[in-house]
This record gives sequence, C-alpha cells and structure tokens, in this order.
Amino acid sequence: MPRETLLNVLLMTALLAFPLWAHLADEPFLITLTTRAVIFAIAGIGLNVALGFGGLVSLGHAAFFGLGGYVMGILAYHAQTYTPLMEVPFLIEGTKSMPVIWLVAIVLSALAALAIGALSLRTSGVYFIMITLAFAQMFYFFTLSWPTYGGEDGLSIYVRNSFPGLNTMDPIQFYGLCYGLLMLVLAFVWALSRAPFGLMLGAARQNEARVAAVGQMPYALYLTAFTISGAITGLAGALFADLNRFVSPTMFSWHTSGEIMIFVILGGVGRVFGPVAGAVLFLLLEHILGGLSPYWHIYLGAVLLGVVLFARGGLYGLLAGREVAHD
Amino acid sequence: MTLPLFIEQTLNGVQFGVMLFLMAAGLTLIFGVMGLINLAHGALYMVGAFAAAATAAATGSFILALAASVVFAAFAGVLVETLIIRRLYGRDHLDQVLATFALVLIFAEGTRWVFGSFPLFLDKPDWLSGTVMLPFGIEYSLYRLAIILVGLVVAAGLFWLIGRTRVGMQIRAGENDREMIAALGVNISRLYTLVFALGAGLAGFAGALIGAIQSVQVGMGDSVLILAFVVIVIGGIGSIKGAFVGALLVGLTDTLGRQLLPMFFALFMEPAAATSTGASLASMAIYLLMAAVLILRPKGLFGGA
Amino acid sequence: MTDPILTVQNLNKSFGALKATDNVTLDLRAGEIHALIGPNGAGKSTLIAQITGALPPDSGNVGFLGRDISGLSTAERARAGMARTFQISALAMDYTVLQNAVLGALGARGGVFQMLRPVMRNKALLETAHQALDTVGLSDHAHKRTADLSHGQRRQLEVAVALTLAPKVFLMDEPMAGLGSEGSAQLITLLDRLRHQAPILLIEHDMDAVFALADRISVLVYGQIIATGTVDEIRANPAVRQAYLGEEDA
Repeated sequence: MPRETLLNVLLMTALLAFPLWAHLADEPFLITLTTRAVIFAIAGIGLNVALGFGGLVSLGHAAFFGLGGYVMGILAYHAQTYTPLMEVPFLIEGTKSMPVIWLVAIVLSALAALAIGALSLRTSGVYFIMITLAFAQMFYFFTLSWPTYGGEDGLSIYVRNSFPGLNTMDPIQFYGLCYGLLMLVLAFVWALSRAPFGLMLGAARQNEARVAAVGQMPYALYLTAFTISGAITGLAGALFADLNRFVSPTMFSWHTSGEIMIFVILGGVGRVFGPVAGAVLFLLLEHILGGLSPYWHIYLGAVLLGVVLFARGGLYGLLAGREVAHD
Repeated sequence: MTLPLFIEQTLNGVQFGVMLFLMAAGLTLIFGVMGLINLAHGALYMVGAFAAAATAAATGSFILALAASVVFAAFAGVLVETLIIRRLYGRDHLDQVLATFALVLIFAEGTRWVFGSFPLFLDKPDWLSGTVMLPFGIEYSLYRLAIILVGLVVAAGLFWLIGRTRVGMQIRAGENDREMIAALGVNISRLYTLVFALGAGLAGFAGALIGAIQSVQVGMGDSVLILAFVVIVIGGIGSIKGAFVGALLVGLTDTLGRQLLPMFFALFMEPAAATSTGASLASMAIYLLMAAVLILRPKGLFGGA
Repeated sequence: MTDPILTVQNLNKSFGALKATDNVTLDLRAGEIHALIGPNGAGKSTLIAQITGALPPDSGNVGFLGRDISGLSTAERARAGMARTFQISALAMDYTVLQNAVLGALGARGGVFQMLRPVMRNKALLETAHQALDTVGLSDHAHKRTADLSHGQRRQLEVAVALTLAPKVFLMDEPMAGLGSEGSAQLITLLDRLRHQAPILLIEHDMDAVFALADRISVLVYGQIIATGTVDEIRANPAVRQAYLGEEDA
C-alpha cells in the first residue's frame, strides 16, 4: 500500500475510534472537538478543490462558510418563531430539517460562488486574491449592519436541527452524521480528482496555454471548480452553525478565510485527504498551544511561517513524500 | 439634504479617501516593485497607531506621537522585511498570502500580549480640537481638515519622490524591469527594504492619524487593509495615480452612500426600515463599485492593458 | 489542385507604431510542409498567435477548411483541428507523459466536465494517447513524470499531444529549438512522416531542417512576407539573400 493511502486509512480510522472512545469514557467535550475537526475538514476540502486542484488562491471562502451558516440560522429561526420567511410572491417557511437545510446551503453557496467566481475569474493572480477577499468582506459588513437576523450579535438557535431517525443533540450521533458527510464529500472529491474534469483542471493549473491548445477553456474549468468548491464549504458552514447552534458575522470574517486556508496548507495542498489532516492538526495545535498560553495565535503564526518557508508540502508532504503522478 | 451637510459629508469622504491612499500607496508600491502581496500591511497600520498612543501617553506630545508612529512602523517594516518577507519575493502568491497572514496573527496577538485587549486612546492635541468655519456657513472639524491637508501633502511628496528623484527612478525601473535595475548597479536588496519601509511608514502614519478619531485597538488594521485592496483593484495594481483616484472614489462612495442611501429609502419606506435597508446597502456600496470596475476594466482604471 | 487547408489573408497587427504583421497573406496546402522563416523579431510569433486565436488581428482574416474562423477562440480553433506545438514546451509538468497525451485526446473529444469516472481507465482515450506516443517514440517513457523528461523528449511529447487532437493542420513553433543534431535528425524524420497526416506550417530557425523538410518557404521580414517559393527559388532570391540568408552565409 502506498504511504499516502496508509496515511488516509490511519487518519479516517482515528477519526472513527477517538470519538467512540470519548463517548465510552464520557468525554462529550472531546467528541465536540472532533466534530469541529470534521466540519473544518469539509470546509478545507471545499477550498482545496479551488486552491489545490485549480490553483485558485481564494481568500474569500468565508463567504460560503458564512452563507451556509446563515442558511441554517435563518431557516431554523423562522421555524422556531413560527414565522414564515416570506409570503410574497410565494410562501417560504422555516425548517428544522437538516437535509433540507444542507440542500439549501449547498445550492445558495454554489450560486454565490458562481457569481463571485464569474467576476473574480476575469482576473488572476493577486487581483483574484484581493477580490475574493473583498467580496467575503462585503458579506461580513452586510450581516453586521442587517438588523433582522441579529446584526452584530448573531442569531441563536435553541435546539439543534433534526435528522430523521437520529437524536442530533446526542454528541456522538451528531458526530456520526458529520463523519458520514465527510466520507461522502471525500468520495466525491476523490472521484473528481481522477475524473476527466480533475485531469483537465489540474492541467489548467499547471499550464493554461496547454489547455486552450487542446481545445478547452480554462475559465469554464475554473468557474466550475470554484462553484463546487463554494458549495462544499457552504455545507460545512451549515454544519458548523448547527454544531454551535449559533451564527454570527464572524463566520464571514477574513480570519475565517485564512483559517480554512490554513487547514489546507497544514495538511498538504492538492491532496484529497490533506485538509482532513490539516484540520485535525489545527485543532490539536489549538488544544495544546491554547493550553500553554492565551496568546496561542503567536505560536500558530510561527508554525504557519515554518510550514510555508520550510515544509511546503504540509503534513502529507512530510509523511508521504512528493505527490506521485499516477495513471 | 442641505448643501452644508452634503459638503461636510463630502469632506469626510475625502478625508477617508486620503487615509486610504496612504495605505494603498504602500501596498501598491510593494506589489509593483517586489511582486509581493502583503496582508501584514494592516498590522503595520496598527503598529503605528499603538506607537503613537504609547508615545503620546508618555510624553504628551502629539507631534512626537506622529513621529513615533512613522519610525516604529518603518522599523517594524524593516525588521519583517529582512527576517521574513525577503524570502518570499520569488515565491508564488499562495506562499506570500500564508506567510503574511501568519505575520498578521503574530502582530495582532503580540500587540494584545503587550498592550492588553482594551482599546487605547490617542487624544487630538488641543490646537487641533474644535471646529473651523468654512464658506457657506459650514462648521467643520479642524482635525479632519488637518488630516486632509497633511494627507494631500504626503501624497504630493510621494508623487514627487516617485516622479522626480533618483530613488523614485529606481523604483519605477524596478516596476518595469527587475533585471535592468540590477544591470544599472542598483543595490536591489537595499531598494526593496527601502520601499517596504516607506510603505510601512505611510501605513503607520495613517494608523496614528486615524487613531486619534477612532480607538486604537488590535485588529484595527484589518478592515482598512481590505479597503485598501479594493482601492488597488479599482485603481490598478502598481499605479500610484490609480491608488489616489481609487482611494478618493472609495472614500466618497462609502461616506456619501451611508448618508444618502437611508435618505433615499426614506422617500418610500418607514423611517426605521429605511435606515436599516440604507445602512445595509451602503455597507455593500464600495464592493459593488469594485464589481462594476471589474466588469468594465478588469485591470483597474489605471492598470496596464 | 485542391483548396488550401489554411489561408491567411491580408493580416495586419500593430503595436503602437510598430507594424508586427504587415498585410500577410499565405496558405497551407494538403500534404505539404510550409516553412516560415525570418530573422529574430520579424513577427513570426505574433503571426502564429493570430492564426491560433491568441491575439486578435487589427484586420484581415484566417480561413480554415474553407470557412472563416477569425471569430473563433483558441479553444474552438483547436477543437476544429488546429494543433500547435509551442516554442517553449507548454506541458503539464507534474503529470506523466501518458497523462499529457490523454489530456489532448480528452480535450479534442470533449466530456471534460465528467466528474465521476476515472479518466485514466477510459479505453478510447488511452488508445489514442498510446498511439500518439508510439508515433513519436515515447512509449517507453509513458509513465515518467513529464518534468523528468529530457528537453528533446519534451519536444516529442509536444508533437504527440498535437497528434492526439486528430489534427487537420499542425502549427509548429520552432520545434527544433534547443535540440542537438541527433535530436533534430529524429524530429526531421518524424515531421517528414507527419505531413501525410496533416500539413505543417513550420516556423523554424534551423535552416538544415527547413531545407530538408519544406515544400515551400515564406520569408518574413519586419512583419512582411518578402518572398514565397520552393527551396530552390528562395535560395536563389536576391532579396532574401540580402535580408536574411546573407547574414547566415557570411
């Protein structure tokens, strides 16, 4: 078995075994911590589709993460207050059903990504970075100044949303749900990375002229990747909001975008399982360093600098070596 | 809206724009000359504000505080440039984003560690407090007027530096052709440090000037940084003139949008609803401006073809 | 005689005061190799860019297989059968040789937005790719990483990828550049065979290659075609000797 595969199996097994142990040992906090890791991993996998596969350095994925969060917040808020979301031109009511919320979060984030991507991809390089960052900031300030859903204070949901046949308030059951989604997303992204789309997208990242010379348009590939990427991150946002039963403009802040990027980098850019390793490592760092000092972001910054300057492949690069070109 | 109010708001917009220019000028120079995207530029703005607040508290002198803001920010700039930034020039944008984001974390948390989480206050000096009477019976804050003037003087100085001096010639050469300036015998590494320090000093200066109007706190540089990016996208990367025009456009759009949009919605909505709708839309105005520029001129108003 | 495959008519392109392409007209007929030569800065790359659609001409048009393709994008021209190789190898360096070849076959065939089935198991694409690699003699290196190829092998791979597009015409931008004499000889043999598959517009500095391969030669100087003719005609043309070959012979 190649080392990368071994690492993937170990990682996913640990993510199954550890929360089960925590459940038996009656440590709900540790289950919640792992749930966060799994949700962050999904957000990172989303970004990785754009950043790792397509080479699109988006510093605005908080827009989709936050959008997913607010979809959950707004739908659940209307359900818990028994007020319709809108009545004209047709009636839309709130909902507490997770599958519905996930679907809406995915669709809306995909649409937002399509719009933002269509504009931002007219440019490239630094422009792209600054523009994606700016659009996310637009959402941030909009939610900050829009009083209907709590403005700066955010929106609280009393009871976690429901999933047929499960008690979602039980940490281990909610964890199981998130883990299942992680597996689904991983399976999809893994297939995508080996599919015609993945091959052509990766080629566009390496050499746009080549892609045009074989008859394809890099713009269309990038925009599709960016849309998928936003949709996945949006799903993670909905889950994150459900985990906390709370949404606020912070989900849209540029620090969120930076953190999602950190998950990808710590794990290894462009590796399908990289963001999973990255998110786990991030929360380990937070847990350990956060215990050492309230100013743990200084150490996080130092670790990040170290990775960028000296260990560009992230955890997967260190442990599994250079990515093998496989065919 | 009455004419005096409109003029006052326009002046506020210009004042905001001029400060944004001080930020954006450094960013755009650093990108133009070194090809570096620097997320830590907002941190240097914050360093300037904190240096000014601490100096003012210790000496009571506003002028010394301003001087300290420039010196400390420029010094911090030289420090990070020589220790870290320098290794990033040849790297791809992703590495630059990550490393400078790491610097943002380190600066923010380091400042919190030294100064605590509570905001500091930097007071305007007495001789700049109060208001002045302008034509048309407009009473306007003396300090804001002073900021506009100082900002314009600095902007003029910068245009002179870039356009008329030897260093400026080297900077322009660096933007056009990196290999050529090496061939001209310019010490590139020193030029880069100098440009970075210049940008840092400008950012720190802006931080101090604004710090006297708003509070001095960790994270104060973040939103300014992103606004400066919007300015650069509108103006075109690498163009000082573009940064100036972009900064004024953004400053005016934001300030007037906040004033005018709620009034506009009040024409046909409930007052409370008009205020909130207007405010929410005003918060998006500059980003919509940016989107419009992107559709019409993807390289910005003054960007190369 | 049949209609030409590719026609360029009255093409003009200026950059400021510089006329990079000055009323250029040329054509490419079935089965031939038409070499385009000219000193550095004569506007060869600018001309190629306009033919492939990377650069819009100021005026004039490009015809391909009997229709005007002036309005088509680079990608559309490629799908119509215009296969090019680059002066500086433009390959996906992190991919294997085989992946690069499959990329070409995939691009030409379409179905790029298929996201679930593995592309490297697609028999039709693999067959096209292997055939192309076989033609250029890279079969033994199919599973090597492209970045690990020698310079000459990359040039061969460029040609292989072009082959996977089921091309109606080849545009080759200095394929011999940087090759040693042995590599050049191999590539000359290959191109000589390829002309029967599709005609080649060959931009080349290597005069030995041009004289060995070309059925016709056009000479581009300062954006203008100063002569077109057979090898012997061009050798004998005084204007060419003065403007171009003179430097080489001296």
